[in-house]
Amino acid sequence: MEMKRKERIDRGLKVRTEGIYAISSFKEIAYLIGPRLLLIGGVMLLPLIFEVAPYWKRVVNYMCVYAILAIAFDFLANYVGLVCLGGALFVGVGGYLTAIFNTYLSLPFYLSIPFATVSGACICTVIILPCLPLRGVYFAIVTLMYPILFSRIIEAFNIFGGTNGISGIDSFPNQYLEQYLIIIVMLVVLFGMRRFVNEDVGLVLRGIKDNDQSVRASGINVTHMKCMAVFIASLMGCFAGAYISHLYMFAGLSLFALDFSIIPIAAVVMGGGGTLVGAVIGCFILVPLSEVLRDFGSFRIVIYSVTLTGFIVFKSEGIMVYLQRKYHQFERWAKI
Amino acid sequence: MSDTVIISVKGISKTFGGLKALIDVSFDVFQGEIYGIIGPNGSGKTTLVNCITGFIRPDKGHVRFRDEEITQWPVHKIAGVGVTRTFQLMRPYYSLPAFKNLIIPLWSPRAKKYGGWRGGGRHGDRDTVAIDILEEIGFERESRVPYKLAGTLPTGYQKRLELARCIALRPDVIFCDEVFSGLSMSEIAGMIPLIERLKMDGVTLVMIEHRLRELFRVADRIMALNFGEKIAEGYYKDVIEDKRVKEAYLGSEEV
Ligand SMILES: Nc1ncnc2c1ncn2[C@@H]1O[C@H](COP(=O)(O)OP(=O)(O)O)[C@@H](O)[C@H]1O
Ligand SMILES: [Mg+2]
Repeated sequence: MEMKRKERIDRGLKVRTEGIYAISSFKEIAYLIGPRLLLIGGVMLLPLIFEVAPYWKRVVNYMCVYAILAIAFDFLANYVGLVCLGGALFVGVGGYLTAIFNTYLSLPFYLSIPFATVSGACICTVIILPCLPLRGVYFAIVTLMYPILFSRIIEAFNIFGGTNGISGIDSFPNQYLEQYLIIIVMLVVLFGMRRFVNEDVGLVLRGIKDNDQSVRASGINVTHMKCMAVFIASLMGCFAGAYISHLYMFAGLSLFALDFSIIPIAAVVMGGGGTLVGAVIGCFILVPLSEVLRDFGSFRIVIYSVTLTGFIVFKSEGIMVYLQRKYHQFERWAKI
Repeated sequence: MSDTVIISVKGISKTFGGLKALIDVSFDVFQGEIYGIIGPNGSGKTTLVNCITGFIRPDKGHVRFRDEEITQWPVHKIAGVGVTRTFQLMRPYYSLPAFKNLIIPLWSPRAKKYGGWRGGGRHGDRDTVAIDILEEIGFERESRVPYKLAGTLPTGYQKRLELARCIALRPDVIFCDEVFSGLSMSEIAGMIPLIERLKMDGVTLVMIEHRLRELFRVADRIMALNFGEKIAEGYYKDVIEDKRVKEAYLGSEEV
């Protein structure tokens, strides 16, 4: 019997676009920037498209917030090797800080958000610092516990409005600013991080993921590098939190909700880990999906789980990895 | 070779549970020499390297590099002063191309300091330096080998990559933990000139080896370990003639 096997070959176009020949013709250029333009253009158009359904505008904002969190998770987990479930921690700290700056110190939103982002990232990094020697699942669990710890402290000491939260935070002056702020930040974070992980510093971080002993033996302080990575991820997360506070004009214990830690992981699983874009695509599917399923009440958890399980079983590589392969390679049956 | 002692190890002991991996080991390595360490499997050679390079804290004893006591220093600081090591079980960055593996040592504070304009500086320069080092160590520049994922390279190249990682740091001392093991005779023959060139460049090499013949070709002095104890030291003729070495290492047969 004749045996055949599937063979994958890079498209000629892909090979041509790897060198400087990429700029030799419009076809090559289009091949390279096409998918990027599609993503950027598509996302930028979303607010205009949803003029017809204003309810969904909020969902677009949420998609971007979760996308930023998912990029942070993907970066730490798949490029640095730190499985950090600190999404809720980042959002909570960033959200409360901006509330404090905005209401107690009456800073305008364009100051309170950046201040909350930077100071929040410092706080998050400092409290995660002692756990850095922990590995794998232990690190994950500790980062998952911090938000619970913080919300209990706020409850118990009745600080920052206690269970009532802080209300009366400034909203954004207009809806377009509100939408495009998060969309543009999300795109900048996405493309910035894709670039960063291929810079020399990024390679060092990826080296830590592959094996940290070699990085140590190369004369690099691994703890410093991990700190830097956590700080970068915290910046993204705290910005997301600060944004949410201003979006809802309210900062409460719901900012420490577990959703902010869990949904990004699900999105990264779905979209494909280690691609960063996959994290965004995952969120753009998951967040609207859970919105649609809201009508199903508690049954939505079932649909949700089935979808996720389906992805893990049938397309464990994730959407993005699959798409990339289809885009760059073709398959054929070859005799063996 | 000079009379300056570059690495001085005094009374290192290490116990794992009940197992005495190292018992009161002392030796001096002179600047610019090739110092060999031999011993049967499990005699504590790798543990000794781990103790000196900071991967394991010795229970007792001191390690001095030039005039500094480096015993309690963290690994990266020891590597930072130029005392580097290769790993017996190769540890490349599997998901990076071979030449990108060298970006990591080239990015370290030490390489930035000593690499001059080529090592540090603008983005892109490091790639060039990395390819240069790989060529020096036997990766054909024109071939695709330097661009392949390090995890897919054959053993011979991975061993070279280990050595390249040390060289990228502009080291003063390299501890080579069994760089010859797992290689064919011809591959070893290809590595030996490389070792000799490093020596010519003034790098001090401590070579831990299982394969005696190859080691004897390059090493100036040799120390033998058995069950964590130093049993002999000196020129290779004296060491292989030593009765205890013959018993321990060569199974007490006549050689
Ligand atoms: N981390 C460790 N924990 C427990 N035992 C160890 C450890 N490292 C080495 N050993 C033991 O110490 C002894 C010496 O090992 P090693 O230094 O690897 O020998 P060699 O490199 O000479 O083959 C062996 O018996 C080994 O099992
Ligand atoms: Mg060994």
